[in-house]
Amino acid sequence: METLQTPGREMTDLTDYVLHLADNALILGHRNSEWTGHGPVLEQDIAISNIALDLIGQARMLYQYAARLCGGTQTEDSLAYLRDAWDFKNCLLVELGRGDWAFTVLRQFFFSTYQYLLYQKLTGSRDATLAAIAEKAVKEVSYHLRWSGEWVVRLGDGTQESHRRMEAALLELWAYTGELTTDAPYESRLSRSGVAVAVPSLQVPWTQKVTEVLREADLRLSLEALLGNTWMQQGGKLGTHTEHLGFILAEMQYMQRTYPGSNW
Amino acid sequence: MPTATNPNKQPVIQDPACQAGSDAELRFQQKVDNDLKIEPRDWMPEKYRQTLIRQISQHAHSEIVGMLPEGNWITRAPSLRRKATLIAKVQDEAGHGLYLYSAAETLGISRDEMIDQLHSGRAKYSSIFNYPTLTWADIGAIGWLVDGAAIMNQVPICRCSYGPYARAMVRICKEESFHQRQGFEILLTLSKGTEAQKRMCQDAINRWWWPSVMMFGPHDEASPHTAQSMKWKIKRFSNDELRQRFVDMCAQQVKVLCMELPDPELRYNPSRGHYDFGPIDWQEFHQVINGNGPCNRERLSARIRAHQEGQWVREAATAHAAKQAAKLEKQVA
Amino acid sequence: MTNQQNWPLWEVFIRSKQGLDHKHVGSLHAADAGMAMENARDVYTRRQEGVSIWVVESAHIHASNPEEAESFFDPANDKVYRHPTFYNLPDSLKNM
Repeated sequence: METLQTPGREMTDLTDYVLHLADNALILGHRNSEWTGHGPVLEQDIAISNIALDLIGQARMLYQYAARLCGGTQTEDSLAYLRDAWDFKNCLLVELGRGDWAFTVLRQFFFSTYQYLLYQKLTGSRDATLAAIAEKAVKEVSYHLRWSGEWVVRLGDGTQESHRRMEAALLELWAYTGELTTDAPYESRLSRSGVAVAVPSLQVPWTQKVTEVLREADLRLSLEALLGNTWMQQGGKLGTHTEHLGFILAEMQYMQRTYPGSNW
Repeated sequence: MPTATNPNKQPVIQDPACQAGSDAELRFQQKVDNDLKIEPRDWMPEKYRQTLIRQISQHAHSEIVGMLPEGNWITRAPSLRRKATLIAKVQDEAGHGLYLYSAAETLGISRDEMIDQLHSGRAKYSSIFNYPTLTWADIGAIGWLVDGAAIMNQVPICRCSYGPYARAMVRICKEESFHQRQGFEILLTLSKGTEAQKRMCQDAINRWWWPSVMMFGPHDEASPHTAQSMKWKIKRFSNDELRQRFVDMCAQQVKVLCMELPDPELRYNPSRGHYDFGPIDWQEFHQVINGNGPCNRERLSARIRAHQEGQWVREAATAHAAKQAAKLEKQVA
Repeated sequence: MTNQQNWPLWEVFIRSKQGLDHKHVGSLHAADAGMAMENARDVYTRRQEGVSIWVVESAHIHASNPEEAESFFDPANDKVYRHPTFYNLPDSLKNM
């Protein structure tokens, strides 16, 4: 049903959309930062922390933009630290527990593939701020994609144990990938006006890239078994989350909640 | 087997003529006296090598274990800006550990051996990291006091006689200066905040002050290695000299915070031109070093767990690299 | 073989800006060249220290022996005629 696009509606949609992009980046950045100090080897500890930093940097730019759209007293921090789980619009994929290194790199690979395709298109957005943010972020993401893709291949191909762990991660993560390319109402409305990216259009190139890398990782058979599995978990983009998000927020927001109204 | 010689590894040649008091040792000491750097493949006394390995690896371990108390607060940092800077800081420490392990590796020990020494308790790390980080203010106090003390110790090592160690330290000191500023900024913000924030700030200073003063090690008369290390220019100032500089610096800086250092005997002594300060609790120092600090077990077990859980990852990467190399060889053949 | 999981050591060289030589900056461990390249990027260029990276497995570098330094390098000491300042020319001569 096409509803009349009032400027007020477009404004709300835009805020929701920017928050959705920001929440995705923040929550995955937060998850990845749980590795800092605990990585499998020093060099990779540094690598995963870099990715966490890139994602948190993207989240900050997006929250700052969302705060401007909201007006009033909103800031990047009030948006990150003072909303409850049902206000968060991130995909479920990014909030799932940290998992092992196989789970971490495969999730990153799924997400970076999506984010890469998304940001590439978003550089052409009618919204100049979003286009500029995407322009900067796409460079970072293309490195994340390269890094995570190589790790997927390395672990899929490496030893029996690493292969087994990749299969387990694939099985666990797969049902959360569909949400990446299923649009929320605010997204589809904005894509029609040339502001947002129509994520269903990313599904084919996403599957193509994923298939190509998983084949190289010797995980083609496991993937094929899953491709027929069309039941996908979703809800995150509209604020219905897994149990994980509440715990993330409890930890992340603890200081701001305990000492309200303080400067840090 | 590669036939090439690793340029950064000490060749395993032991010329019997190169014993203590020999020509080689005299020439070595002359170079050190003339401020010439010793490089990995140059002749050096075995004791010098061992002392350096101990000191550099201990330093590297401190960076790595030091990631843990601060890493504690990454997921709870109170703003996005603080979260990002804290990740960057803890990540720098991983980098510093890496530079130092690399410097030690030029002396003929592998990183695996050093890590094994850490995990088995044969190697030490700075005991300051066995104290807990209980509030957000601790992140500020660590930056200001612990990193401040570390910089005080490290700047002179930039001129250390061993080339790779000196070069690693130059890099580390450059990066480290943001850490101390970051820490002080956290405390400064707290000191201007609510009553609860001010309390948090003073509490953290109270808990981190004495352990930081202890970071410079035992008094000079109780520090057996100092004389030899100074002669070799591995160490350039004594523990007590550096400690005094640190106390003088902090006694001034704490005024900017409008906070107090927890030492009733701290006061400026015009006849010495330095601050006098109270006695150090050496019993606590030795207890913490010997494993009885509040967090010794947690810190070590966190490191061991990360290493063990990473084993299958490291093996998989090695196996993949070997398969790729074999494929390439086949293609060439 | 001692330890299968011990990744080999690599030396890292970085060109800090366009027009300058690559310079040795340190070393790191990596399982293969691709990983060594990425690790070098993540470890040694976090503060925009570079525009180009070389990595080479440490075992592939051949180095001169410090024991032979005298025979290697001292013979160049007395060949001052290789330097422009060796030649005496009048100050009035310009552009040379």
